[in-house]
Formats: sequence, C-alpha cells, structure tokens
Amino acid sequence: MSKDNQVLEELTSKEYEHGWTSDLETDSAPKGLSEDIIRFISTKKNEPEWLLDWRLDAYRQWSKLKEPTWPNISYPAINYQDLIYYSAPKQKAKPKNLEDIDPELIKTFEKLGISLTEQKRLTGIAVDAVIDSVSVATTYKDTLAELGIIFCSFSEAVQEHPELVKKYMGSVVPVNDNYFAALNAAVFTDGSFCYIPKGVRCPMELSTYFRINAANTGQFERTLIVADEGSYVSYLEGCTAPMRDENQLHAAVVEIYAMKDAQVKYSTVQNWYPGDKNGKGGIYNFVTKRGLCFGDGSKISWTQVETGSAITWKYPSCILKGNNSMGEFYSVAVTNNYQQADTGSKMIHIGNNTKSRIVSKGISAGHSQNSYRGQVKIMKRAENARNFSQCDSLLMGDQCGAHTFPYIDVENKSARVEHEATTSKIGEDQIFYCLQRGIDEESAVALIVNGYAKEVLNQLPMEFAVEAQKLLALTLEGSVG
Amino acid sequence: MSVTVKEKNASAEVKNLIDKSVSLNPAVISIRKEALEAFQKLGLPDKKAEEYRHTPITSLLQRDFDYDALLSKPSDLDPKEYFIPSVKGNIIVLINGVYSSAHSSVISPADEVHITNLSEALAGGDTMALEHFAKYADVKSDAFTAWNTASWNHGVFIRIPENAIVQTPILIYHIHDARAGQVMSASRNLFVIGRHSEVTIIEKFDSAGLSHHFSNTVTEAVVSENAHLELYSIQNDAGSRYQVGLTHIHQAGSSLVNTFTFTLNGKLIRNNLQLSLDGEGIESHMFGLYLITDDTVADNHTTVDHRKPNSFSNEIYKGIMDGNSKGVFNGKIYVRPQAQKTNAFQSNKNILLSDKATVNTKPQLEIWADDVKCSHGCTTGQLDSEALFYLQTRGINKETARAMMLYAFAIEVLNNVKHAELKTYIDQLVSERLHTNF
Amino acid sequence: MLSIKNLQAKIGDKQILNGINLEVKAGEVHAIMGPNGSGKSTLASVLAGREDYEVVQGEVEFQGQNLLDMAPEDRARAGVFLAFQYPVEIPGVSTINFMKTAVNQILKSRGQQPLDAVSFLKIMKEKMKLVDIDQSLLNRSLNEGFSGGEKKRNEIFQMAMLEPKLAILDETDSGLDIDALKIVAHGVNKLRTKSNAVIVVTHYQRLLDYIIPDFVHVLYKGKIVKSGTKDLALELEAKGYDWIKDEVAVA
Repeated sequence: MSKDNQVLEELTSKEYEHGWTSDLETDSAPKGLSEDIIRFISTKKNEPEWLLDWRLDAYRQWSKLKEPTWPNISYPAINYQDLIYYSAPKQKAKPKNLEDIDPELIKTFEKLGISLTEQKRLTGIAVDAVIDSVSVATTYKDTLAELGIIFCSFSEAVQEHPELVKKYMGSVVPVNDNYFAALNAAVFTDGSFCYIPKGVRCPMELSTYFRINAANTGQFERTLIVADEGSYVSYLEGCTAPMRDENQLHAAVVEIYAMKDAQVKYSTVQNWYPGDKNGKGGIYNFVTKRGLCFGDGSKISWTQVETGSAITWKYPSCILKGNNSMGEFYSVAVTNNYQQADTGSKMIHIGNNTKSRIVSKGISAGHSQNSYRGQVKIMKRAENARNFSQCDSLLMGDQCGAHTFPYIDVENKSARVEHEATTSKIGEDQIFYCLQRGIDEESAVALIVNGYAKEVLNQLPMEFAVEAQKLLALTLEGSVG
Repeated sequence: MSVTVKEKNASAEVKNLIDKSVSLNPAVISIRKEALEAFQKLGLPDKKAEEYRHTPITSLLQRDFDYDALLSKPSDLDPKEYFIPSVKGNIIVLINGVYSSAHSSVISPADEVHITNLSEALAGGDTMALEHFAKYADVKSDAFTAWNTASWNHGVFIRIPENAIVQTPILIYHIHDARAGQVMSASRNLFVIGRHSEVTIIEKFDSAGLSHHFSNTVTEAVVSENAHLELYSIQNDAGSRYQVGLTHIHQAGSSLVNTFTFTLNGKLIRNNLQLSLDGEGIESHMFGLYLITDDTVADNHTTVDHRKPNSFSNEIYKGIMDGNSKGVFNGKIYVRPQAQKTNAFQSNKNILLSDKATVNTKPQLEIWADDVKCSHGCTTGQLDSEALFYLQTRGINKETARAMMLYAFAIEVLNNVKHAELKTYIDQLVSERLHTNF
Repeated sequence: MLSIKNLQAKIGDKQILNGINLEVKAGEVHAIMGPNGSGKSTLASVLAGREDYEVVQGEVEFQGQNLLDMAPEDRARAGVFLAFQYPVEIPGVSTINFMKTAVNQILKSRGQQPLDAVSFLKIMKEKMKLVDIDQSLLNRSLNEGFSGGEKKRNEIFQMAMLEPKLAILDETDSGLDIDALKIVAHGVNKLRTKSNAVIVVTHYQRLLDYIIPDFVHVLYKGKIVKSGTKDLALELEAKGYDWIKDEVAVA
C-alpha cells in the first residue's frame, strides 16, 4: 500500500515537475475540489446559472457520499484534493502537423478506421478539447441536421440546446446515484450530446472517441443520448490513453433516454492504458452507464469490449420501465498482468413483458482479477418479465482469478429468470489441435479466445469487431507460456 | 454496524453466560473470550450487511424478543411426540438447547459410536474434542457464530472411531419448549468421524407452544480420510421459530459427504452450510429443498471451499415459495490457486406461486485456479401452464395436477435421500405440504 | 521419408513405446495394427509432438530433419498431418476460419504469399467434394455438435486442404458406419500420390479393405513384433491378436 501511495504521490508531485507554462496557468484550475473550483469550471465554460447550481448540488451530495468498498478491487486511496479538475492546455497541445501528434493517437484512429485526411483535421480538434473527444459526425453535421439530429459536444449542447440538456441530464443517472457519478456531475468538463428526433433512423454510426491526454488530471466526461419516439441510433465509443507511470482517474457518466419504440445501440471498445506488465500506471476507470427504456417497446443494447484500464468499475444498466421494453448487455472483459475488473450489468424490470439478456465473457490472464457483478431485478408489478444471463469465465494461467457475483431478485411470480455461468480454461488439447495444423501458439490462443467471445463480438459494428478481435489478441500476447 | 439498546443487551447476555462457564477447560475459556471480543467488534448484522441483506434477522430479534423475559427454567416436556416413529436409531434430545440424558438413548455398540454432552467432553479433557473444538467455525466473520462460541453451554459430541460402519443412524432432536414464554438457545455440536468410518446423522427441529423462540446453533463436523457422512436437517417447526445455524464440515482426502437441508416451516430460518474440502479425491453433495408459505423466510447460505486438487462438489437447491414467503439462496464456490482439476457444480431453481412471494438468489463463483470445471445455474419461474393444462385434459383436477408437478420439481432432491425409512417420512411430509398448503 | 529408430517414450512414469523401428518411403501406405493399449495412438501422438509424452530414447528423422527437435506446428508445416482419433471442439471458431488461418500460416512459414479469400474458397470447394462435406458444416464451430462421421470427414477434409507429405490416420475408422468409412477411405485414396505417404493406425482390418496398405505392422507392448503385407491384416482379422501375443511370449 505504501508503495502505491508513493506512486500516487509521484502523480501529484509530477504535476509541478511538468510545470505548466505561465501562459497556460489561466486555463488550469488549482489543485483540489471545492465550491470555488466548481464555480471556476462553470465560469470557464460560460455556463448558465442553473447548471452551476446543479453542479454545486452534486458536489454537496458527493461530500456526503462514501467511496464504495464492495467491488472486488483494491487500489491505494485516492486523494481527491490532490487532483486537478480543470485543465485546458490549448496552446501547448495543439499539434502543428501530423508528426507532432502522439503516434498512439494516430494508431488508434487507424484502428477506428478513420481515413488519414479526415484524421489530420480531427486530431486538431481532438487535442484541442479538454477530454480530447472527437466525433466523426462533426463531418456530417449538416447531413445530420437535415434530419433534425443533434450531435455535438456537451458544452455546445449546453449553449445551443439548454432546454434539452436541462430536461434530460440527470434523469437517468441522478446526481447522487453513486460516489463517482456525483463527482462527475460536480466537475464534468465535456462530453457528447445526441438527440434523435421522432421517427428518425440515424443513417450513420455516431462515434465518439475518448482520449485521456493531459497528464496528472482527473478526467470526467458526460454523454447524454436522447432517442425520441420511434427513432434509432447506433453509437460507438472508443477510448485510449497514453502510457504513463502514474494512475489516472477517469469517472464518466453515460445516460441514454429511450422513448416509445426507440432503439439505441451503444458499443464501446475500451482500451485505456492498463498499466505495464508489473502493474505500474494505468487508468482507474469508474464509469456509470445507464439507459432508461422509458417508453413502451423501447430497446437499449450495450455492447462492450474491455481490454484496458488498471481498474475497471463499470455496470452498464437498463431500467426497463416501458411495457414490452428490452435491455441487452454483451460484454467481453479481458484482464492481463495486474489489471482488475469488476464489471457487469443491471437489468431492472419495472414494466410488463419486459425482456433482458446478459452475455458476459470474462477472460483472465497474468496476475489479474476479473469479476462479473450483475443484478437482475424483477419488480413486483412487472408481469411476464424474462431474463436470460450467461456469464462465462476463461482462465489463462494459475496466477489469475475469475469471480462471479450475480444477484437475482424476483418479486413477481410470472417472471422467468435464467442464469448460467461456467468457468473453464483453454484446453491443452485445443491448442495442440491447432499446432498440429501448423498454427502457432499465439495465433491458436487468439483463435480460441475470439471463438469464445464471438457471441459478443458479433454484436459490434463490422469495423469495430475486427478491431476488437485484434485488441483481444494484443492484450493476451505472451500470456500463454 | 448499528449499535442499539437491544444489541447491547444481547452482548451483555453473552457476557453473563461466559461468566457462568468457569468450570470448563481453560483452553475453552480463552476461545470464549476471543469469541466475545469478536462479537463485540462485529455487532449483529444490520440491513446493509452483505451476508444478511435479504434476511432481517437483527430487526426481527429486536422487535419480537424481550431479552429480559427469556425463560430459564428447565422444561418438563415429553419429547417423544416429535420423534420420527419409523426411523429407529440412537436418540439424542436437546430441550431448549439443554442436553437431556434422560430422554437420550444410544443403542449402537460403544466401540462404534461415542456420544456425550460436548461441555462434559471438554471439561473431562477429551483429547479429540479439545483438538477439534472451535477450529473450523470462524468467529471473526459472523456475529452469530461468535455469539454461539462465546455463550453455548450444551451440545452434542459425537465421536466415531476408525473403521466403524455405523448401521443405525444418530437422531438429534432439537426441541424448544415455548409454552410458558420466549426461549433462546445456543447449542454447540462437534462430530468427529474417524478414518474409513460411515455414519448417518439426522437433525430435526421442533417446538411446543406459541411463543417466539430463537436458536443459534453451531455444528462442526470433521470427516477424516475416506470417511463417509450423511447429514440431514429437517426443519418443519412452528411459524414462531427463528433460527440461525452454522454447520461447518471439514473434509479430509477421499472423504464423502452428503448433506440434506429440508425447510418446510418457521418464521425465519437461516442455514449457513460451509464445506471445506481440504484434501484430494473428495466428493461432496449438498441438497436443499425449501417449501415455504405464509411469511416464512428461508435463507440458505452455502460455501464450498476447494482447497486441494482433484475434488468434486455438486450442489442442488430447490425452492417453492407461496403466500408472503421469501426464499434466499447464496451459494459460494471457492477454488483456491492450488485446487487444480476441481470440478464444482451448483444449481438453484425456484418456483414462485403467489403474487407476494419473492426470491433472492446469488450464486457466486470465485476461482483462482485455471484447470477447473465449474458451473452454476439458477432459474426462477412458475409452473408450466401448458403442462398443467395437459394433465387437466387427462382428467386430473387442477389441485392434484399442481401438486403432482410441484412434487416432480422437488423429486430431484428427494431421490437422493439414501435412508429408506427417512426417505418415506420426508416424502410424506413433502407430499402433504404440497397437497394441503400449496 | 520417415525413419524411426529405437523410439522409446513414456507418459508420466509409464513407458509405452519400447523401441519402435520403422521406415516409411514416399508413395507407401503403412498400416499399424495392434490390440488396445499396445501403443498405437501413443506412436501417432509422439510423431505429431504432443507434449504429454516424453521421448526417452531413439530418433525420428523426417525428410532429413530431426523430427523430435521440432515444435508441433513446425512438424505440421514440414508436412506431418495427424488425423485425430478424437477431434477437438473449438466453440465459436468455424472450420473455414480455422483452415484459413492454418493454410496461411503454413504458406507464410514457407515464405509464400497468403491466399486471399477468393482463392481460398475456390480451393476449399474443390477439396470439399473429395469427402462429400457440406459447406454449411464448415461454417459451423469446429467439430462442435458434429456427428462422429462428420468429425472424421472434417479431418480428411483438413488433410486435403493442407496436402501433407506424411499423413497419420489415428483410428480414423473407429465409430464409423460402412458408408462413412467408404467416404473417408475414398478421400484418402484420392489424396495418395507418389510423393506422399500414409500411416494408418487401426484396430480393425475393415478400413484396410478400402485403403490398401503396402505394409502391415503389428504393435504389441510398445514394439513392432511382426511385419508383413495386407495378408497379415486379414490373418489378424480371422485369428485375433492372441496368437501374436503367444508368439511374443514364446520368443
């Protein structure tokens, strides 16, 4: 623990080491968290009074909350007063040409299938932003606008569409929902906003790409998707971070609001820096993602491929309020080296004839600990609710752990809930079979792992799926001896 | 960890009991002191305690019991009416947690079975009892275990020597006499089964009178190499019964254990069943059936801890909930890093029959070894209306059809009961319940 | 092509092969027969490089290379193919994907260009005909839910795809009905050329009616105790293995 504290100590002291140049000082908040800091952020962002009040309320609630201790993860205590909550190194970070851009970033863009010409322009915007959030759709803003689709940064939405933001922000994840969500509500800096009007089927995938770039700073972004009646949207989220020795805190909130017959598909390939092979560095990823199937017949589907972060704490959930609404969660979570993941889903059935499905595939290697934690709750008045959950774990090596914590709470007799879980290893005979056909061991493992995760990978849009497969192979490289 | 006036009373009660136990072996005194300290540190579990989140035992104890008015007089109850007539065997009777030699009778030969009051065995310096007592039930993780360890006065000590195939079962009748007022008991049992031996132990819980009664029992069982234990628990007591019971079974290599837990009645029944598989080639089966109605809460928390390689465990728990009842199941499977080649399976199936019945289930796998086969599955549903209709079209009335289907649901557990007369008895108990109460 | 000299191997503490000697030349078909537990499958596994077995003594030379020094995948790339007695199931991985990976890795190891999807499919369709296998089967997860016959046909299909120099068929006939057996044998015969060789490991003579061997060897207690032509197989079929055991006992 003391060594880890040292690491954190380094994190905070290095801030000075890096030494923000004087012309940037005005764009950074001083260290620590207080109402003044929140006012500072709000002023910087030129926010309306109501949003400042909302932030302050969140901060006050956060001060009363306790950091959760129930997850199956351990990390040195985070000193929230030792973090910087606002930092906008605009001048310094703006790349003059392609060579100045972090090669990791370029690589990731290539992985996301964004063409180089576009990339040049987009990275310019990306690094400019505090959260480095880049949206492909910016390019197609006009096309989208013709359909009435709003897709922009959260800050822009606050300025341009305050009525929508005001109405839906916090409606799915209340400010005091949990410790990290409250923290985010108080200090979030930017994120994405998306509104799909009635009856509109969004003609293209909307994509947000999150990048933690600035060092020594907590990262807090917020995404809000509102799908009006009968609309459809598929939303992609990718994330990476540079390799740094310190741990960095990332506490994001994603809210999805689906009205009658609306469908939202949200896919994530999370590849935050997981730390090195000795467990040094990496992102602490504490994320609240929740969708509200508010209207009858609505559907929200989460798909995630998690290969990154030193610590992952994340439970994309669906509240199935509307009758005949449907929630899905497909997940592949890979942990290697000293990564720890405590992730899963919650399906809360409130409406009649609601359906949910959970498919979780955990893969643990190295010294990592991989936990599935999920809840299926059938409320008293939810008639004919259905849930099926499948939680599989694959272990590679005898130094890692796989844990399954499913909570199944049923209060209505007409519910049908099924949960299955298995734990297995990659069979030596499976590997030998591949070897005998001339396939080397690394490829054999990749082949078997991708086969194991196929049900989830199939849910991803095509280009994402290919990328996710490569990521899986990359993450597990060298984990079979 | 809420501290209320009532809980302080409970702790004080425990303290009093410990002070009365001076005649015991000094080694045991120190164990009691440690347990008391652990209890004071833990406190009774509040609503947020993960292990008791669906089982409001502390608030019920506070609401329904008057610690100052608990009965302490000896009971004059005749226990015979609670005996299972068809199952003959060695009979041990505990009334209000007090070992009753007068009502107990051991018929097995002395070289096969050795049974005494545990407190006597410890006071008398029985080496086997001293070696194993309080070695397995962990006082630091559970307040009730700490409470029991600190305050018990009576209990059953069973010792089966090596190579003894015990033909007649041992029946332990836990009876509470709540005719004259509220009763609380904390009995403590220790079973030591020698190498290559076999024994069947049946525990049955009953009561007289309508006053609330609470029992907090802890049983430790040591199953030596290649030994075989069949352990039954039959809980069909009145609706005024509150029970927390821990049974911890420590298994050595190549041993075989089958446990059966039948919960048919009671106000709040919490069964903690823990199996430590501390050897290779072990086989363990845990069967459970809870058929509950009214406002009964039946809570089964089981743990299988695979500590060594090459062992097998299987768990099947089934529940039918009617009325306002609540079924709770938590099954943990631990596979430790060195427990390679473990096979561990678990299944929990539930049927809800009424609008107000609920079930909370949490199967939990924690695996640190890679070369293992583990799975768990759980389902919650209601009776298949198609099948019900099918039976009706064949001329069977709805009630019978329903009972038939519920019985068919329960049979997977019943069929594993080895002892023929006991099987008939339980079968009858279950059938009656399914026909009349559900 | 293959030269085995005094091969001894064990699994755990148990010695199973007690000095095998065998010469296989290009164009030949050798049958290895023997009672259960004589070491037939062990021999096949040792040649393919399964790690469970430890070679205690002896040499195996394959096309001038020391086979025992090579990793299993390198043996495969050099042209050794094992048709498994119990083909493994790999959930989520289609046979097509599996074969594409294998073919391209083998090509790469030989410094050749990998096949694009179109040419791969073209070759695949040709080879499918050989064993009368349906593409829908190859789209499914490898061997998962396949019948015994389908699994064995899939093995021969893979053999056709990889075009090995030396194919070892480990009890490929076990569990097959006569029609499936004919299809499998037909596939193997079509693949025979002057430059490749086949070792057929079997308990029964049945398969040898369809794949005519040039030599038949009897394995008993980890040694080849008798060699002959296909007539030996017929004799074994008629008389069983006991007379061999007796002969060995007398010797």
